[in-house]
Amino acid sequence: MNRALALIPVGLFVALIVTFYFALGRDPTKIPSVLINKPLPAFSLPGVEAGTPGLRSSDVRGQPMLLNVFGSWCISCVQEHPMLMELAHEGVVIDGIDWRDEAIDGAKWLNQNGNPYARVGNDRTGRTGIDLGVTGAPETFVVDAKGRVRYKQIGPIDADTWNNTIAPLLRKLRSES
Amino acid sequence: MRRIVLTVYALLAFAAPAFAVLPSEQLSDPKLEARARHISQELRCVVCQNQTIDDSDAPLAHDLRVILRERLLAGDSDDQAKAYLVKRYGTYVLLKPPFQENTLLLWLGPFFVLGIGGVLVVSYLLGRSRLEAAPQLSTDERARLDDLLKPDAAE
Repeated sequence: MNRALALIPVGLFVALIVTFYFALGRDPTKIPSVLINKPLPAFSLPGVEAGTPGLRSSDVRGQPMLLNVFGSWCISCVQEHPMLMELAHEGVVIDGIDWRDEAIDGAKWLNQNGNPYARVGNDRTGRTGIDLGVTGAPETFVVDAKGRVRYKQIGPIDADTWNNTIAPLLRKLRSES
Repeated sequence: MRRIVLTVYALLAFAAPAFAVLPSEQLSDPKLEARARHISQELRCVVCQNQTIDDSDAPLAHDLRVILRERLLAGDSDDQAKAYLVKRYGTYVLLKPPFQENTLLLWLGPFFVLGIGGVLVVSYLLGRSRLEAAPQLSTDERARLDDLLKPDAAE
């Protein structure tokens, strides 16, 4: 009886170590999105240049696609950009939100680096980004044909996240629709 | 030396803490502003993690402070204003986590551990009282023990 009791602290200690092992390995900057499996909140943004169409939440549907949040001020976006260009070249539909940015800066950035986006909306005040629960750029939402968010990538899409997470998800969503 | 120390203390008395909240963000109604300050001290900055949005200089924290004040001006209660941000960023933004399914361990864990400690203490005390009830020394044994413990006359 007493020997069994003596094992309890040992058991608790092991449980604590296991908890720490998993909890401390998590990146606390990755806040889970509340939008998963929910439709995008409604928004309507102007384009980055006069004469460009801008972006509405109702545009981001009809087929599985990506919604990428970027900004001309964002350093990791430069790092991610070649990946997006390649994906757009392969036929992945990507819409963009130019977040917390002057439209003219966003337009200049896209002219300089290339424009991988089907449509781009300028969110100068950052309010649409906040409605989407964006914590920083870049962030990328995977949206299904019905316009529901299925996944959120925080930080740049690299080859690893693309191959192991986003590409398989898009394939699955395409087979659903 | 003493004068220097006193001077430093005197200067410290005049030092105001640095606030992230900019004068341009503040509401003219002091009551509403006080409420906004209070709420923003309970909300986590989503960029910098362990700061409140009241403390943080991050641009997004600034945006959230402004939104919070807009909600209050629009007539939201404190809870409604908080719910507005929780709807967007999840309960993660609340520095005081709510009692819900995924925080059960957090809230009840300490009581659970306390319970286990209580069981251990009680079982220890019961074990000890059993020891005290162990057979007493016989008269002979007692006499011999007293004899042994007697201070040595030679010393």
